[in-house]
Amino acid sequence: MPKASKVLLEARDLVKHYPVTRGLMQRTVGYVRAIDGVSFTIETGKTLSLVGESGAGKTTVAKAILLLERLTSGNIIFEGRDLYKLSSAEIKSDYRPNVQSVQQNPWSSMNPRMKIKDIVAEPIFVNTKIRRTEAWAQVAELLKQVGILPETMNRYPHEFSGGQRQRIAVARALALHPSMLVLDEPVSALDVSIRAQIMNLLKDLQEQYNISYLVIAHNLATVRYMSHSVAIMYLGQLVEYGDTEALFENPLHPYTRALISASQLTLPEDSEGQAKQIILTGEMPSPINPPPGCRFHTRCTEASEQCSKDIPEMRKIGTQMVKCHHYK
Amino acid sequence: MSNVVLQVEDLHTSFFTSQGEVKAVDGVSFYVREGETFGIVGESGCGKSVTGLSIMRLLQEPAGQITGGKIIMEGKDLLELNKKHMRAYRGKMISMILQDPMSSLNPVYTIGDQIGESVRLHQDLPENMVEAEVIDSLRLLRIPNPEIRTREYPFQLSGGMRQRVVGAIAMSCRPHLLIADEPTTALDATIQAQYIALFEDIQEKTNVAIIFITHDFGVVARICDRVGVMYAGKIVETATTRDIFKAPKHPYTAALIHSVPSLDKKDDRLFSIEGQPPSLLALPPGCRFCPRCTVSMDICKEQEPPEVKLSENHSVSCWRVK
Repeated sequence: MPKASKVLLEARDLVKHYPVTRGLMQRTVGYVRAIDGVSFTIETGKTLSLVGESGAGKTTVAKAILLLERLTSGNIIFEGRDLYKLSSAEIKSDYRPNVQSVQQNPWSSMNPRMKIKDIVAEPIFVNTKIRRTEAWAQVAELLKQVGILPETMNRYPHEFSGGQRQRIAVARALALHPSMLVLDEPVSALDVSIRAQIMNLLKDLQEQYNISYLVIAHNLATVRYMSHSVAIMYLGQLVEYGDTEALFENPLHPYTRALISASQLTLPEDSEGQAKQIILTGEMPSPINPPPGCRFHTRCTEASEQCSKDIPEMRKIGTQMVKCHHYK
Repeated sequence: MSNVVLQVEDLHTSFFTSQGEVKAVDGVSFYVREGETFGIVGESGCGKSVTGLSIMRLLQEPAGQITGGKIIMEGKDLLELNKKHMRAYRGKMISMILQDPMSSLNPVYTIGDQIGESVRLHQDLPENMVEAEVIDSLRLLRIPNPEIRTREYPFQLSGGMRQRVVGAIAMSCRPHLLIADEPTTALDATIQAQYIALFEDIQEKTNVAIIFITHDFGVVARICDRVGVMYAGKIVETATTRDIFKAPKHPYTAALIHSVPSLDKKDDRLFSIEGQPPSLLALPPGCRFCPRCTVSMDICKEQEPPEVKLSENHSVSCWRVK
């Protein structure tokens, strides 16, 4: 981890288990271990990306951070205060305005019957006492920053393209000048040429306002461009966590290596590159009955006997943290 | 050189809406050979899926209509076939895989029923042979325990397995041409890699020609032999996959490849194409990419560029290329 920067948010050992019930009496017969001991820190003005395949638990982490989902155990420390020890009034006045979110799909994250000025102004109306007429000037300024013409603020969402809608969603998230944004797959619903525009915009805004980002993503190339540090998730746990450059230059965990390999651009005639490609067999097991030992051992190309028996611990190797028996 | 399985010549497909005629596909030509994979790449709305649906003759009529061109498969123009004859081709000679496996499978029928449907329709087989064919198709797609899977329902399978079942339906009659419309987009990265490797293997075994429609250049690099890049209803450049990546000639192709973030190096700023694709209702008079092009000239605004053939496998429509 890069040193000496200020920690904005710290997640300590987050656990979320959803009960699985059966029968007339709704007896609990097991638990879906959506997240099972996830810890990370987000520094002021920096980006942490959480990467994993569907079912890895990334969105559950995002929901927990946004306090939309109550954790089974674990602590979230924001600016030195434990969120679960704050009163709901304190959460509403100190935390929620500071942590806003942008969702994946700009076609479903907006009310189609609201004008975009009302969409962007809604957080302002809810959280401040500014009068309506004064809010429009702020809205115009916000729209200008994300590259939407303020003259169009009386239009409805359907009059904008996907990329423009995502810009409007960013403007809404910025309306209260938050210190952190949770971005759940912010560009994966967009076209390639539009994706680059939005990613550049997010980077510019971060530099300008020193906002922290928690990015949920599955596309590694996007992640490398956007983030300062990366956490790779598999079946509810982090398997590797570290500085972006170090992690991409020298991926340690076999799962990280497979993910990077799957996202690499290899031309058909590049037989050397093709041969080096790692193709995992099988699929992610069920989080209701995670495999014993290392959770990845059922698909790992390097698994040994120990991997199926003992649970590996998170170890620090250089600047990275890795959960694998092969590193001691 | 192996045989050409499908030749599309100057295909025009339009949608007639209350706001006017939308020329979704506007003069598209390409061919695909036996055992070859031809990729159609482009952004949403460029007409790549409509091209696929036009070949299948599955457009939503009367709004969507093929207004011109030829689709020649093994010497026959598919556009001259009547509905009944076309039905004999569809699913047997040409089949299609769509993006979302959950919406292309019927939730209330078993996997076996759904694969068996096309086998029963196209092949005159006794019932016990149908079952064997179904299991054969499941094996081809490397679905574990096919005898058990055939009696299961779509909800009992994972996303990756469902997409394999869709593949098994498409391959059940051993078609000569497979149109795959974004088949891996809904899948996770590691599952996507599995699926692509699987299709390379199937192609080697069956020599099927594949038209692969996608927006993902990573997938193109991995599976396609030749690629057509589409923009606003036209193919602007056709070349081998290698040339598309290493020596793109059209400014749009070059910009598109340039704007894909690379995994190998970290750029400070991503290259992005400013603006958005034009509305298909109000196309610019000259080159369609001109308003977003960084190297456009006066002539680009006025006249559409002709297609220039640079080599046997490389053609470009751009005034800059002579």
